[in-house]
Amino acid sequence: MRFGEPVLELVRGMWITFKSIFERPVTVQYPEEKRPVRPRFRGRHVLHRYENGLEKCIGCSLCSAACPSDAIFVEAAENTDEARYSPGERYASTYEINMLRCIYCGFCEDACPTEAITLGDNYELTFTDRRDAIYDKDMLIEPLPAGSDELTPQKVKPGVHTRAVPEMKNPDD
Amino acid sequence: MTDRVTLTIDGKQVTVPAGMLVVDAAKKVAVHIPIFCYHPKLGSAAMCRQCLVEVGRPIIDHATGHPELEDGFPRIQFSAKLETACTTLVSEGMVVLTQSERARKGQKEVLEFLLTSHPLDCPICDKGGECPLQNLTMAHGPGKSRFLFDEKHHAEKQVPLGELIFLDRERCIQCGRCVRFQENVAGEPVIGFYQRGRSMDIVSFSEPGFDSVFSGNTTDICPVGALTTADFRFGARPWELMAAASICSQCAVGCNTTLNTRREARSDGQIVVKRVMPRQNEQVNELWICDKGRFAGYHYTERDDRLLKPQVRRDDKFRSVSWDAAFLQAAEKLQDAEKPVFLVSGRLSNEDLFNLLQLADGLGAETLLYTNMGGGDLTGMVGLTSGSNLADLGLGDVILVVASDLQEEAPLWWLRIKQAAERGAMLIVVNPRETKLEKHADYVVRYAYGDEIKTIQDMNKATHKIHKVFAKAANAVIFYGSEGLGLEGSSGLAGACTSLLVDTGHYARPNNGLVGVWQRANDQGAWELGFRPVKDLQVIFDKSEVVYIVGADPVGDGAVRLKKRKPFMIVQELLSTDTVGHADLVLPARAFTEREGTYTSGERRVQRFYQAVPPRGESRPDYEIVAEIAARLDTALEREPGLVMDQLAEHIPAFGGISYLKVSEVVEQWPVINRSELFYGGAVYENTQGLGMQLRPAPVTSFPVSKGKGGLRPKEGLLLAVPVNKLYDQGLTVLSAPLLRERIGELKVCMNPDEADRLGFENGARLRIGLNGNNAKALLVVDPTVPSGILLVPRSMGLPIFEAGMPVLSKVRKKVTG
Ligand code: SF4
Ligand code: SF4
Ligand code: SF4
Ligand code: SF4
Ligand code: FES
Repeated sequence: MRFGEPVLELVRGMWITFKSIFERPVTVQYPEEKRPVRPRFRGRHVLHRYENGLEKCIGCSLCSAACPSDAIFVEAAENTDEARYSPGERYASTYEINMLRCIYCGFCEDACPTEAITLGDNYELTFTDRRDAIYDKDMLIEPLPAGSDELTPQKVKPGVHTRAVPEMKNPDD
Repeated sequence: MTDRVTLTIDGKQVTVPAGMLVVDAAKKVAVHIPIFCYHPKLGSAAMCRQCLVEVGRPIIDHATGHPELEDGFPRIQFSAKLETACTTLVSEGMVVLTQSERARKGQKEVLEFLLTSHPLDCPICDKGGECPLQNLTMAHGPGKSRFLFDEKHHAEKQVPLGELIFLDRERCIQCGRCVRFQENVAGEPVIGFYQRGRSMDIVSFSEPGFDSVFSGNTTDICPVGALTTADFRFGARPWELMAAASICSQCAVGCNTTLNTRREARSDGQIVVKRVMPRQNEQVNELWICDKGRFAGYHYTERDDRLLKPQVRRDDKFRSVSWDAAFLQAAEKLQDAEKPVFLVSGRLSNEDLFNLLQLADGLGAETLLYTNMGGGDLTGMVGLTSGSNLADLGLGDVILVVASDLQEEAPLWWLRIKQAAERGAMLIVVNPRETKLEKHADYVVRYAYGDEIKTIQDMNKATHKIHKVFAKAANAVIFYGSEGLGLEGSSGLAGACTSLLVDTGHYARPNNGLVGVWQRANDQGAWELGFRPVKDLQVIFDKSEVVYIVGADPVGDGAVRLKKRKPFMIVQELLSTDTVGHADLVLPARAFTEREGTYTSGERRVQRFYQAVPPRGESRPDYEIVAEIAARLDTALEREPGLVMDQLAEHIPAFGGISYLKVSEVVEQWPVINRSELFYGGAVYENTQGLGMQLRPAPVTSFPVSKGKGGLRPKEGLLLAVPVNKLYDQGLTVLSAPLLRERIGELKVCMNPDEADRLGFENGARLRIGLNGNNAKALLVVDPTVPSGILLVPRSMGLPIFEAGMPVLSKVRKKVTG
């Protein structure tokens, strides 16, 4: 081994370190700063509302049937015009997703007939207790849309919200 | 003409009896022709046109009368149009194509038509997941529809046909199954079609709406979700439900049921029963159950006042104790008592009763059955035996029903007897007042209250017409009840019926014998095991030191009045009854949904029920509690129900040969119902858990001579209160079903209009009735079918009544308000 070789290696290494001083840093200051997600990112679920504040979810359990990891639990109850949660006769009185079981496949989203559930862009799921991993309806449902002030249940006029699945349209139109 | 024909369906050859429909013949070779309106129990209506197939018949050479041959095979001519398989009868040499291009096109197009007016709200439909329309659309439907969306049919949704059944007018495909069921099977045409074409609607004509005790069955056979029950409404999706085989505990018929269960958030994460569905047993309930079994089948087991912990009374307060302490105390008390008394009821399973019997034997205790109907010793001797099936009765057979309003007491027997009568069996109804069965009877014999026994005895005279009918009949079955009768009267009546059967040779062979219309599911089993009722329970309670009461509420029913000196009462119960309130030691038992066991039905069929839900609290099954007490008395009893049954079969001759294995056997039943194809059954469950097994005829040669007198007779100028049984009464097991509250209503007593006039009461008057020291308010219903001098008082409706008695009436003044 020649005498100068270790020194050369050292200098080469230091040079790399020195060079990176001028590079743009890649570190993101999480949690102050958040990385944007891709358009098709699949994060924590959101349950949506219509513009009038009614819940889109009709408690049909199809998401739960489609879920490959059995993460969703739905229990339904009956709407009345006095206390209406969603259009039609049926709404989800209990809606829970176990985030520890979920594999973020998005099958629930595909199964939903009313587009009530979508996988959002929230990836901040941390728990200190397994039980906290179960998100209930209040945690999943989106806040009231702007311009609407009524939370569910609402008292509505009879005979208006009779249909659970939105008015059917010709798919070819 | 030969009685069997051979035809080819989709290339498969099948030989079937002549007169069969193509659709049924196809089933035999596992070809499933799509159907909606056809149902093997309802017959053809050809209303939906879904079953279109191509049918070809051999061309017959008129000269020879034989089929023309071509290359050695008959020449087949196919009809120009498609034919409906549900109306076409099989014929020799027929060729049926169900999958040809033409046939498939026809089926597809009919489905496309049906879907033009269907809302497609499967996501919220209770039928979704077990819906024939969904299934057939997946299997045969077009992928795309050509209908105009703007012309989509909209109709009213959520129309209540009464408080039990909901109709969704949009979903109805107008197949008429519900209407035909009510008319042809149930014989109560309370719903029907109204208007025509697209406006055709199902409407209910009755008050209250859909007034039939079989109404729930229409929701099972409806091939879409147009009819749904208020009980299950949005309760769960069918695929989320687990299924456990069970037996209905509400009457002596013993209908086979399936309990659908689910874990629920609104029940604190417990697994609970969500609905009761019929399970096919062609020998018991076919595909049906009554509304009591469906809407009140399990609800009492989920009451909040279920007993959850063993309790003892100390200083007049209940304290919870450990099971160990409870067993020990029970054992000590029973041992120390001179002659303990065991009072049990027909709510218990055969296993419970057998263990109780063993324990009682060891202690030298007296075993009593809690019932107000007698004659079970005789039904054990001349009851129905293995191989009996009411569906076998028809032309040449005779069925006699006496002192029972069968539709109110055992709806499924009513249904099956009505069907037997329609098949040609002679039906004789012997009752002091009009009942619904009479419409289907060949003979109606009316007697005066008090003459029950004499009437039957008269019939047994060789010159009597009915005796001759019995003597000539191939098979004869007698159903006797306890209308207007108490223990003694009904025992006497059973005796008279037995004489008639024995004298005409109708016993100890299949499809012949005596059936008691018991009020509880296992009364027959209790009798078979040797439990007997006593006339006066009060005497027993007055003189005994320790009474062990299991599954009975003598205090609440008013059968005993507790005095200052009362026996030490060990009460083993489900719910907080009045008897429990006075108990000294309370042992919480499990409900039938939480354990295994068997019941012996009135037709003497031992049928098994399985555990459906986990037990509540610390409750334990009755047989186990008894075994634990016995263990503390150094008697070893089995604690596993299957082993108890083995012991039972060994000890009780009538049960010889019966085991859990045997009662769980199944054979293929017709019609074929299974959950993988839902055209026929709708949501009915296939029976894979056992058809049960009937008891052997008891080896007897002599019968006790019928003694006993009939019930009381009305006296001139006085009223006689007569106890009758109601389907929906205020017993805890029915009252716990919130849905039936309206049908149960209040205590209504019935009286003849003339009688009411004489007494100055009007229809709808509020009365106060006093009877044997008990009082109750009642609504008076004036009913011309009630004989004069009689006041009909329903049992278990708030006024304790066991035997006929003279009531005291007074009018209750209405409070003036406002
Ligand atoms: S994303 Fe997939 S795994 Fe997660 S809840 Fe939905 S269906 Fe289930
Ligand atoms: S989220 Fe969609 S699929 Fe799930 S229950 Fe609600 S409506 Fe049905
Ligand atoms: S309600 Fe059901 S069973 Fe009755 S006609 Fe309509 S689809 Fe048929
Ligand atoms: S007929 Fe009797 S056994 Fe059958 S479902 Fe009704 S109550 Fe239950
Ligand atoms: S027309 Fe044949 S099943 Fe309806």
